[in-house]
Amino acid sequence: MNGLLDLAVQGAQMLLVLALAPLLTGFVRKVKARLLRRRGPSLLQPYRDLARLMGKEVVLADSASWLFRVIPYLIFAATWVAAALVPTFRTGLLFSWSADLIAIIALLGSARFFLALAGMDVGTSFGGIGSSREVMIASLAEPAMIMIVFTLALIAGSTQLSSIAEFMLSPAVGLRVSLGLALVGLIIVAVAENGRIPVDNPTTHLELTMVHEAMILEYSGRHLALIELASSIKLILYVSLIACLFAPWGLAPSGAGAVALATGVSAYIAKLAVGGFLLAVFETSIAKMRVFRVPELLGAALMLGLLGTLLRFVSGSF
Amino acid sequence: MTLTIILAGVAVLLALAPLAVTIRDPRTATDVVYGISFIVSAVGLAAALVQLLSAAPPLTLALPIGVPWLGAHLRLDALSAFFLVVVDLGALGASLFALGYGRHETAPGRVLPFYPAFLAAMTLVVLADDAFTFLLSWEFMSLTSWALVMSHHRVPDNVRAGYVYLIMASFGTLALLLGFGLLAGPDGFYTFAQMRAAHPSAAIGALALMLALVGAGSKAGIVPLHVWLPLAHPAAPSHVSALMSGVMTKVAVYGFIRIVFDLAGGPAWWWSIVVLALAGVTTVMGVLYALMQHDLKRLLAYHTVENIGIIFIGLGLALAFKSYGMVFAAALAFTAALLHVFNHSLFKSLLFFGAGAVLTATGERDMEHLGGLIHRMPKTAFVFLVGCAAISALPPLNGFVSEWLTFQAILLSPQLPSWGLKILVPATGALLALSAALAAAFFVKAYGVTFLGRPRTRAAEAATETDSYSLAAMLLLAFLCLLAGVLPGLFIDALAPVSTALVGVHMPEQSGGQWLSIVPVAASRSSYDGLLVFLFMVISGTLAAVAIHRLATARLRRAPAWDCGYPDASPATQYTATSFAQPIRRVFGTTVFYAREHVDMPPPGDTRAARFTVELHDLIWEAIYAPLAAGIGYVADRLNRLQFLTIRQFLTLVFVTLVLLLLVLAL
Repeated sequence: MNGLLDLAVQGAQMLLVLALAPLLTGFVRKVKARLLRRRGPSLLQPYRDLARLMGKEVVLADSASWLFRVIPYLIFAATWVAAALVPTFRTGLLFSWSADLIAIIALLGSARFFLALAGMDVGTSFGGIGSSREVMIASLAEPAMIMIVFTLALIAGSTQLSSIAEFMLSPAVGLRVSLGLALVGLIIVAVAENGRIPVDNPTTHLELTMVHEAMILEYSGRHLALIELASSIKLILYVSLIACLFAPWGLAPSGAGAVALATGVSAYIAKLAVGGFLLAVFETSIAKMRVFRVPELLGAALMLGLLGTLLRFVSGSF
Repeated sequence: MTLTIILAGVAVLLALAPLAVTIRDPRTATDVVYGISFIVSAVGLAAALVQLLSAAPPLTLALPIGVPWLGAHLRLDALSAFFLVVVDLGALGASLFALGYGRHETAPGRVLPFYPAFLAAMTLVVLADDAFTFLLSWEFMSLTSWALVMSHHRVPDNVRAGYVYLIMASFGTLALLLGFGLLAGPDGFYTFAQMRAAHPSAAIGALALMLALVGAGSKAGIVPLHVWLPLAHPAAPSHVSALMSGVMTKVAVYGFIRIVFDLAGGPAWWWSIVVLALAGVTTVMGVLYALMQHDLKRLLAYHTVENIGIIFIGLGLALAFKSYGMVFAAALAFTAALLHVFNHSLFKSLLFFGAGAVLTATGERDMEHLGGLIHRMPKTAFVFLVGCAAISALPPLNGFVSEWLTFQAILLSPQLPSWGLKILVPATGALLALSAALAAAFFVKAYGVTFLGRPRTRAAEAATETDSYSLAAMLLLAFLCLLAGVLPGLFIDALAPVSTALVGVHMPEQSGGQWLSIVPVAASRSSYDGLLVFLFMVISGTLAAVAIHRLATARLRRAPAWDCGYPDASPATQYTATSFAQPIRRVFGTTVFYAREHVDMPPPGDTRAARFTVELHDLIWEAIYAPLAAGIGYVADRLNRLQFLTIRQFLTLVFVTLVLLLLVLAL
């Protein structure tokens, strides 16, 4: 019985993430538009976009290979599995032990690996520019993320996301310097990984500034829909991750009743709204960086992560 | 019994070497040599697996050959059995691959005799149980592989590669010779059993560590002793490159483990600092070097350096934990290193086979002349992709498991009491994370430029799929990569006897866990389940595909590439290997390689083409090797004058030397 409930919760959480992902993207766009004193598209526009893309035929470049057609599914699968392992409204997910935080990052790394390959597949200069910049950004963002995970794991004594979230809920956490460093680092990494301003601009199609958009330039129809959905899921994954690590309030413990679950879900939606709002404010208030300034930003995140880990190695009280 | 079977295999291989010379017809000779090598390595693999999995007590054998008063001692214990599995699995794959690939060899007479001898030499190194047998086999291994490197000796680069390799190999053996001399002590305990029982003093142990690090490390490719590796490995025929990169470097790791973990006594705490510092630098430098290359085989060889670094990070952590008596953590780090040894031998062989298939199909090693091979060689492209994903540590393949275990070992190290380690271990962790991310970037480049995009030359356009033997070898290795990634528990459990023998304990039993997940320490701490991750990905990918094909239209139209409205028909407008690495070169290369970009832009009105050149410096070569070589050259020039003395001057020289020697003796 308990196992069945766990399975239901796990399934609900996977579907919730999938269902809410475009909404969050739409919400961020809406808030950004309002901040710029525009009306902005409807909150539901991303869903409409997905439906429209699904209905359109795929225009495949002559030089595209079979890999190009398989990659959208691979990216979607890897991202969705990663997102399914992040606790959203309840800790102690049924399959949380199957992959820890390092594995979640590696799953996102797989998605990126294949996306970068897709950029190279058609053999155009734009695809190449996108892929080569993406791997440069990832080559700093990924180690920064690993070091942040190290910091968190050394504080909580576990790399298991559910265990970390439970530890963060317990009074044993307290205020710690290393946690602060990890939070700042994680936000920088999240911004970079999701291709948001100042690292990349998700709305631009200006040749020299784009990274993510350049890689998916040749995609169309259902393939593009899948990739767009996967990037929405990635955004919601990072917001959920930050929420469950640094704002775990309202997260229902494993084995909680219906009331706690309902609180958990509403708290989760509130956290998404706050996260999306802050992201929009952040994006409107700064300009995009030059590509070769990005390594400095990400290097800072890496150093923050390393500093956090070092502090934990030196003393348990930081 | 198993030891006898393996030795019989070695005898067959050694007999095969001269036999290969006598067979006239190159086609028959190729089939005979690689066919027999394949069978022998299959038998050897089975024997080694039986020995490893049955956890049988070590088998020993003393043969009355070799040095008269010593004989040749051989021993098959858990560590030897594990490395024998690596050697024989690599040899099996390489022989199968070569059954097809070897037919394209232009000079089979220069490859065939040395190939089985090389296999026999590697087996003997792993089995040796006394210093003489070890060093003799080690030198034999170096020389046979040198001969294979020189098989295409008319290419000027290969001659230089062979020269550098020969010097570095002799230097490495010299270090090992001195190391064994120290361990043998004044009484001349040359068998390993005597060395083990002698319990060397701390100073002797430390010196032995340093010499092992230089001797075995130069063979394995630790920075800064790696210089020969990226020259020599790609110079050999591809199946031999696979053996050198995938297997021979592992034999060198075996040498290091045998000396440091087994013979040199209990480690002092600072040993691990030396090993970890070198390993961390090796990892990052290896992958950065690799990123700057555009020769497919050479960049794979450089990338081996990175993986050797990862293995040595695991070994260094194991040394640290062992020196403080944290045996369970030591077992975790040690197992991680051994698992990476196994994994790397799989995917690096696979990738070199793929490079060999590309070389046969196009005659090109330079990636700037390739591209679009996925259309012409879809099967090779698929298995090469599996290899790339595995070596980039992407779940659910095997490379991820060993890196994950290494990360878990790092997370256990705050409990180490030493301050030096407290600072160094997190830094090593950061270097490991950095190299993992750079490795993924590197393989996007390697795969993307070679197999994806549009063909850059006629040769790439005319490529054809490789033969079925080569494909079978690559498929076998790709399948093993997946298997070891999905069911890592089985492979970790197989390593238990090795870990018990060398660090005292082994990791907890893994295969009995829930859904075959691996749990290094405790379930609440960390666990990973390759099988479930694989299943989840398959299920969600299938679900997505089914849903899409239900909901979305299936219409598809082929059209010219969009490219933002400016498509260019010339394949020269694609990103090349050099341009792909440009952002990373700017970020890291400016300091590490002193990379400089020069643009020669003709003034307006001038019709000559603009030129863009990239200047890279190998600072390690320029700082260490070039001055050393210049110094030796200078001294040799000065001493050269001694050849041209008159008879009286010679007599004076002899007389003065004698007087000086007598004086030294008298004082």
